[in-house]
Amino acid sequence: MTTQAAPLTLFEKLWRQHLIAELPGGVGLLAIDRVFLHERTGSIALKSLHEAGRTVRDPARVFCTMDHIVDTIPGRSDDTRMPGGKAFITETRAAALAAGIRLFDVQDPDQGIVHVISPEFGIALPGTTIVCPDSHTCTQGALGAFAWGIGSTEAEHALATGTLRVQKPNSMRVSFAGVLGVGVSAKDLSLALIARYGSVGGNGYAVEFAGAAVRALDMEARLTLCNMATEFSAVTGFIAVDDVTIDYLRGRRYAPRAEAFTAAAAAWRELLSDPAARFDAEIEIDVTELAPMVTWGTSPQHAVPVTASIPDEIDSGTTPQSYQRALEYMGVTAGTRLQDLSIDAAFIGSCTNSRMSDLRRAAAILRGRKVAPGVRAICVPGSMTVKRLAEAEGLDHVFRAAGFEWRESGCSMCFFSGGESFGKRERVISSTNRNFESRQGPETRTHIASPETVAASAIAGHLADVRMLASVPPGQG
Amino acid sequence: MQTFTSITAVAAPLLRDNIDTDIIIPSREMKSVSKTGLADGLFAGWRYLEIGGRDPNPEFVLNQPAYAGTAILLGGGNFGCGSSREHAVWALAEYGIRAVLAPSFAPIFHGNCVRNGIAPVKLPADAIAGIAGSVASNPAANQLTVDLRSMRVSLADGRHWSFEMGEEQREMLLEGLDAIDLTWKWRTQIENFVAADRKARPWIYLDNSVR
Ligand code: SF4
Repeated sequence: MTTQAAPLTLFEKLWRQHLIAELPGGVGLLAIDRVFLHERTGSIALKSLHEAGRTVRDPARVFCTMDHIVDTIPGRSDDTRMPGGKAFITETRAAALAAGIRLFDVQDPDQGIVHVISPEFGIALPGTTIVCPDSHTCTQGALGAFAWGIGSTEAEHALATGTLRVQKPNSMRVSFAGVLGVGVSAKDLSLALIARYGSVGGNGYAVEFAGAAVRALDMEARLTLCNMATEFSAVTGFIAVDDVTIDYLRGRRYAPRAEAFTAAAAAWRELLSDPAARFDAEIEIDVTELAPMVTWGTSPQHAVPVTASIPDEIDSGTTPQSYQRALEYMGVTAGTRLQDLSIDAAFIGSCTNSRMSDLRRAAAILRGRKVAPGVRAICVPGSMTVKRLAEAEGLDHVFRAAGFEWRESGCSMCFFSGGESFGKRERVISSTNRNFESRQGPETRTHIASPETVAASAIAGHLADVRMLASVPPGQG
Repeated sequence: MQTFTSITAVAAPLLRDNIDTDIIIPSREMKSVSKTGLADGLFAGWRYLEIGGRDPNPEFVLNQPAYAGTAILLGGGNFGCGSSREHAVWALAEYGIRAVLAPSFAPIFHGNCVRNGIAPVKLPADAIAGIAGSVASNPAANQLTVDLRSMRVSLADGRHWSFEMGEEQREMLLEGLDAIDLTWKWRTQIENFVAADRKARPWIYLDNSVR
């Protein structure tokens, strides 16, 4: 008689595949397959490692990019608008060179935001463990990987030993059932989840995104969905491997080739939760009725349908103190219709929503239309590759003709590093992931939404429902 | 790394939820590739009257004389969310904070605390509010003790609360151990794993031929 192997979750499979030793207290010593660094937090890890007399164990599996504080203004150099920023760039370059790791440098045609270029070049692969001293590393879990953000000290550990000591998280499955409506996309799924279950809803969990609505997403949309697992306070977010995953990776630079690809793909196809696998927590959300979402406050959980009004305290899912502070900071009052809030700026970019499909959907809204007078609009492609591909399709013309600035790739004004920023109390509709106080500049008021909602709002001059524009041909809307 | 066994000190309330790492150390205050020189920028947006300035904001709790010598923070939920920057923890440590009490911590921040000798102590929100209330009447007299050996938080008046922490995290704090040195004790297992894995998953192992 053979005993049936117990059904496993995908996370359990990923965990076991990398487990070198079990340490006390539910900690595993895990093999780390990929380390990515950037100039903001990675440079200090390399420097500190060097100062401790340690070396990078396997430089061929370590990558570094300049994305956070490089300028995105065309004609950029090592000088950045962030005071003291140049030192981060030059010191990162020197450290990366000394360590012998692949650096996507300022002038590199392959430069881009870490979580955009890692999938783009097949650095992140299904079944890999990927760490980066950056909280949005969970983005890369979309490929069926265990990808998570760490601190710089942990990064040193991963660089030196090729391992990490990891507290094993609990498992959660978030299933999105149904079919997404027109004008609704992956960003709205993230925001709806966090609005409903709170910004700590995923605390302590490794979250698998599943369900028909997720299977129907292309890879770029899946990256968007997993990106905001950190805003849910989850350790990571990830999606099982399917044809979408395998097709996406074929021919990418660091992915295996030819027969090696076929062999790898066969192994990758095992990377899904067994049908009877049990999760520590399960959430199911039907997306059929979902509207485009926009945030009104200063936490991603302050998200509501764009057709809604600013909620009363009782419906806000927030403590009275936090609620009042959020209203005050955002300069809004309960009961105001979101679509009555006029905007000063619109931003399309960031590791959440700056890939080709994002730019295409935004451009489809912008084509033949103009940004409302007085609105500053900026588009920052997520990588130089995205930028080139978009230009080959003529998307840059669409953005420019509508009145958008067209930038070099980088994190740009997704966050305020001390350099460029939006103005005080300016209201910004943004395709980024954080609407925290002063995230995009001192006292800047950020509303986060999908890139198509950002485009529609830029045209309207106020927060807008993209579904209205999508149905009206340009020239009449 | 500095060890943590027990501390008795003034505790300061910062009870708002979702205090993110950019509030703890604004990005603009991370001026060089360094782990030090950050204490001055701690909570800069709240602590000073002007952005980039250094005139203390008298309203901010850490600027109030009663909270001088604070070494323990009482926080709200999702403490340390946002950017993974370890600078937030380096700034706290340099300022003299040795423990943070909160109903929940963002995972990366929690890990960063443990690696820098700061005890992240998880307690229910009402317990923390209760502690903050007791402390407020006279912070210097009503000092708080956080003891990692007994896994207890106690007030001078004798009231106390138990907390839990993972064994590994607790050991690291108590012993002040360097995690890399600890891990190298498993060197044989690591080498064996890599040797077997190279055969099982050859695509993981890159060489420098592709750049
Ligand atoms: S784009 Fe924004 S969220 Fe993404 S890595 Fe850069 S700063 Fe972080």
